Amino acid sequence: MKRFRRHGQESQRDRLKQELFQFNKTVEHGFPHQPSALGYSPSLQLLAIGTRSGAIKLYGAPGVEFMGLHDENAAVTQVHFMPHQVELVTLLDDNSLHMWTLRGHKGLSELLEIGRFTLTGPPGAPPSVTRVTAVLAHTSGELLLLGTEGGHVFIVEVPGFRELEERNISLDQVAASVPDDYIGRRNLEHVEALQENPINPNQVVIGYGRGLMVIWDLEKRCAIQHIPATQQLESVWWTEDGSYILSSHSDGSYCRWMVGGEDVNDEEEKSDIPYGHFPCKAISKIIQLPTEEGPPFLLFSGGMPRASYGDRHCITVIHCKTHVALDFTSRIIDFFVIRDGLQHTGDPSALVVLVEEELVVIDLQTDCWPVIQTPYLVPLHSSAITCSHHVSAIPLKLWERVIAAGELQNTHYSKKPWPITGGQNLAPDPPQRDLLLTGHEDGTVHFWDASGVCLYPLYKLSTAGVFHTDADPNDNMNQGAEGEWPPFRKVGCFDPYSDDPRLGIQKIHLCKYSGYLTVAGTAGQILVLELNDEAAEQTVEAKVVDLLQGQEGFRWKGHTRLDVREEPVLFPPGFQPFALVQCQPPAVVTALTLHSEWKLVAFGTSHGFGLYDYQQKNTVLIKCTLNPSDQLAMEGPLSRVKSIKKSLRQSFRRIRRSRVSLRKHHVNNTAKLQEANARLEAELAEMELAPVQRKIEARSSDDSFTGLVRTLYFKNWLFPVLVYVKAFSDMSLHFLVGTNGGCVFAYMLRLPPVEHRADEPVTAQPAKEIQLMHRAPVVGIVVLDGHGAPLPEPLEVAHDLARSPDMQGSHQLLVISEEQFKVFTLPKVSAKMKLKLTAVDGSRVRRVGVAWFCSSRTEDYGESGLVVLTNQGDVHVVSLPHVKMQVQYPCIRREDVSGIASCVFTKHGQGFYLISPSEFERFSLSTCYLVEPRCLVEAPLHSGSSSQRRSQPDGASSTHRYTHAARRVMEHALLNDESEYSRERE
Amino acid sequence: MNRSFNKSQPLRNVDCNAVEVKSKYGAEFRRFSVDRVKPGKFEEFYKLILHIHRIANMEVMIGYADVHGDLLPINNDDNFCKAVSTAHPLLRIFIQRQEEVDYANFGTNTITRKKKAVVALRNNDVNRKRPHIRIGMPQDFRPVSSIIDVDILPESHRRVRLYRHGSDKPLGFYIRDGTSVRVTPHGLEKVPGIFISRLVPGGLAESTGLLAVNDEVLEVNGIEVTGKSLDQVTDMMIANSHNLIVTVKPVNQRNNVVRGSRISGSSGQSSDSSGSTDDLESDEDADIVIESSLKRPSQRSNASLAYQLHRDLNLHSNPALRHSNGSLHKILSSLKTDPRHSLALPRGGVEEDGTVITL
Repeated sequence: MKRFRRHGQESQRDRLKQELFQFNKTVEHGFPHQPSALGYSPSLQLLAIGTRSGAIKLYGAPGVEFMGLHDENAAVTQVHFMPHQVELVTLLDDNSLHMWTLRGHKGLSELLEIGRFTLTGPPGAPPSVTRVTAVLAHTSGELLLLGTEGGHVFIVEVPGFRELEERNISLDQVAASVPDDYIGRRNLEHVEALQENPINPNQVVIGYGRGLMVIWDLEKRCAIQHIPATQQLESVWWTEDGSYILSSHSDGSYCRWMVGGEDVNDEEEKSDIPYGHFPCKAISKIIQLPTEEGPPFLLFSGGMPRASYGDRHCITVIHCKTHVALDFTSRIIDFFVIRDGLQHTGDPSALVVLVEEELVVIDLQTDCWPVIQTPYLVPLHSSAITCSHHVSAIPLKLWERVIAAGELQNTHYSKKPWPITGGQNLAPDPPQRDLLLTGHEDGTVHFWDASGVCLYPLYKLSTAGVFHTDADPNDNMNQGAEGEWPPFRKVGCFDPYSDDPRLGIQKIHLCKYSGYLTVAGTAGQILVLELNDEAAEQTVEAKVVDLLQGQEGFRWKGHTRLDVREEPVLFPPGFQPFALVQCQPPAVVTALTLHSEWKLVAFGTSHGFGLYDYQQKNTVLIKCTLNPSDQLAMEGPLSRVKSIKKSLRQSFRRIRRSRVSLRKHHVNNTAKLQEANARLEAELAEMELAPVQRKIEARSSDDSFTGLVRTLYFKNWLFPVLVYVKAFSDMSLHFLVGTNGGCVFAYMLRLPPVEHRADEPVTAQPAKEIQLMHRAPVVGIVVLDGHGAPLPEPLEVAHDLARSPDMQGSHQLLVISEEQFKVFTLPKVSAKMKLKLTAVDGSRVRRVGVAWFCSSRTEDYGESGLVVLTNQGDVHVVSLPHVKMQVQYPCIRREDVSGIASCVFTKHGQGFYLISPSEFERFSLSTCYLVEPRCLVEAPLHSGSSSQRRSQPDGASSTHRYTHAARRVMEHALLNDESEYSRERE
Repeated sequence: MNRSFNKSQPLRNVDCNAVEVKSKYGAEFRRFSVDRVKPGKFEEFYKLILHIHRIANMEVMIGYADVHGDLLPINNDDNFCKAVSTAHPLLRIFIQRQEEVDYANFGTNTITRKKKAVVALRNNDVNRKRPHIRIGMPQDFRPVSSIIDVDILPESHRRVRLYRHGSDKPLGFYIRDGTSVRVTPHGLEKVPGIFISRLVPGGLAESTGLLAVNDEVLEVNGIEVTGKSLDQVTDMMIANSHNLIVTVKPVNQRNNVVRGSRISGSSGQSSDSSGSTDDLESDEDADIVIESSLKRPSQRSNASLAYQLHRDLNLHSNPALRHSNGSLHKILSSLKTDPRHSLALPRGGVEEDGTVITL
């Protein structure tokens, strides 16, 4: 009976677990790593990006996102939307073609692969015959023209991928009609470009690599006109009215050719090398678009003078008298232009450029062509991300102030709305405002709106202004010299070059209630900042803190600390620094905590930790955690390099010495040397042959460096200063620190009464020191109140946002080390329970956070738990206060060390980690808090110019809300079918 | 108050819990008794011995004759406890001055030899023929390893428990990845496995003689290693290093334990292969809590001092804490004057149990 009941309880707990926890990877934020192809559908208003890892991502209006992944691990080389349809075709590096569609499913659209195809040549043909180099999605929506390396054009019917062999345009057919005087007729080379006549879908131009272009009639199946260009062809563009063809070439020239009915006018009408005189690089793509009134826009990429500007990544835009060479910071992948009007045939409105590291959209209708800020695909890595910090449930007041400060920074952006507006975002409004703060290598902190699917940039804080750096403050990137040719203009924000690596941000802590922020960096600098809506000029006073505390025998060999500007600095509205602590030695700050209620900042480096009172600008406590035996800690991050240098130098000296001695005792030593060489070789061979093996050696009390060797430096993880009644002795404030050596220090703080806060000192007295016997690094400390719930954040209770903790029952201290979770009862500090992780499954805790989980079924039930990420990349949830393992999910690949290191948890069971330098993956462990794209894309409602349309049973989804629209689409489709039918009868 | 020995106790007590002790120093004998169930700590016993023999300021080595007549040392709680519990009926104690101790005598049939001169002669012959085997300093005289769970394991497997006692001695072996052949329903299959790749000369693993290079590691503290990476297994072993139980499949299958009967001696600390949590909890590694220390104890001797102090505290029941302060200080000062104690106290002692508090 007892047994039965226990079983019942367990199954009940299992059911509860299912209601509380579930693992999902929901959305990828940021910019896709290594993009390789760009596509755009004017009718759907969707943008598609293919990547080298075989992913395909679609973006429309903010919040509308789709992602697909090819099974093949091959790069996507081309993306083409089928005109006026919800299908798109991708070409991969392995020569396979894939058909994708946006299918309606339960009121939402999803990206689905519906077909794949690889061209097969005749038996015995070389693979180049079928190697696809150019793809044209015909406006009929039924044909795909595939130009190949062998010079053939294959015609394939879609969506079924049926080869229409009789319509193929073989190289022989074309070559037969090439004029005899054309020099390159022997070898036309591969098909470089395929373009359709905008006014006659039956005509296509086939551009061959050698330069020849042939206008081919698809119905008559014959060549209409030959355009005998003689330079290597790069791209072809057929103008809107169908009367001209533009070709761009590898020598940096472009030509305009008249399209005539007869094969008579084969003279080029105009030829130009825009950046001429000296040899130029190829113009890889050229576009000309007409305007309602006035001259057309001409846009082309590349064509720069090879010698002087060959390394620039430029797109040139020419309109009227304006000529600008947009200078990007990374390689251009592709670009397209968005046009006005319902049929997307009006004036060019925006230029969209995909470069390797970002997406840049330029407003072509506002003077000076300003950049439009992207709501998604923002390069997170404009400077490398060095740390991140997530703050949930931001109060509206702070949110608005941060946004206001950010808007003042964004005045140079275009006022135009985002031009890509396809699809509908059906996701509910986020329940709360969340901020993600990322620290960067150049000393900036970026504030992102992380509440929804779009990680939108809100505000950017730069800390470099506080210090003297090598960078010239007048170094203005945007303005070139007057009259410079080519007329460069820098665009884009990707700037991987850091002026000074010491500026890098390592830790961030924001108090969301008071608007105080503290950031700490690579050179031991800790800045305390306050949100100010006005610009202010002020001097930042630096306080140098010696963490060695007189410990002798250590010599810091790393970088020096940063030079602080003595003179007052003008800080723009936003977060303005007012206090600065500089650690000595200037090692990386490894831990940072802000307590805005008490106006204290706690920090730690590999050498020790300290507590700083930012009201009195004074240190309360400094402690060195070094042992006299730990020589290694002092060497700093550069020591490894130095030691290699040193060892090299030594070995060179040894060689020299041996040479000298060789000369002296010539006969004697040759044999000896040979012997030594042989021995060395044998040793080397043994080293290479020996399998990977691991020494089993326990951590003893002395070698606290087992941890250090692995993590490169000591970490002093600091944790909040805490208040409670039943702490270690009596009601008091405490400050807890965990170290890499498995030690927890506790200090009792005495704060003066509020009225004397400014003049009476804050004191800290050591209260307890707990040395964990297993000596694993401490990665987290949580204090649980009388009910076993984690203590709320500072000021949370004061703002009525949290239940005040239970001060009556006995408190518990949960110390999380890399290996164990251990609960101590207070005030006696006796071990109550523990959960071993490493001893049981060999994994170690890397990241830990406290999260609140709500039940998906009953609204009022919720519990807090520990979210844990291990070095195996698994995410666990551990219950509080009983420290029992609840669930476990594989999340990150074990080998992805940077991904594991970058992980941050939110307060509601979500998390972020970097999947590439530029992308955050968002995951959720909660059944209730789930941020994922929910969007619908409907089939385009038709188009004027092209005549036929096929019905889209899948694309037009039928939800309750959108039935009306769907019905209209269906009607339309039926009408189209009829017209098509009648046309065919004619 | 569980003072286990009391001088005022009558020599021959009817109480069957008492063990009669006959202590011999030089030519002098002393007789007293200790409690068989709660013998107390070695340090107290040592002090008692010195007191009884009136050799307070002398450093001595205490030995006893075990059931086989071997002279074995008493120098820590473990072997003191063992000596008392196995004494039948009389615990015979031999005291030697530290500087006169002949370590070679320990572990051999010293006692027997003294009793039977004829046999001793033969023993001497034997000793001459055999090379002298050094069994380690008496300070290290503790169990270092044991084979456990012989009754529940297949004969081809061996479960070895290594006792590190927090000593400096490294566990002293390396592991590597490898492949082993398993019998599966589909026939023989090669599966990845973890193997011992190297034994450190002089290390704990080598000294036990129970582990060998190329032994396949099957379990660590009751948890199977299949499906775990080399690094995971390494971390598991290190995390359990103070009480490591490895189940191996020895590469040399000739030395396996031959099971005569089903009832073979399984050690009390056997761990079930399912890795029950109770067993994992049993090796409680308590953490040191230092309270409001004005200066951090930087040297080990201080820590062991604290430990010693704690031991003492444990002896007195809690309410008596304040009363015992006086005696506490006495012990404290005596410890300070006698450096041997703090040095001889094994490091591992700290890891045994209990919370340590420094005043």
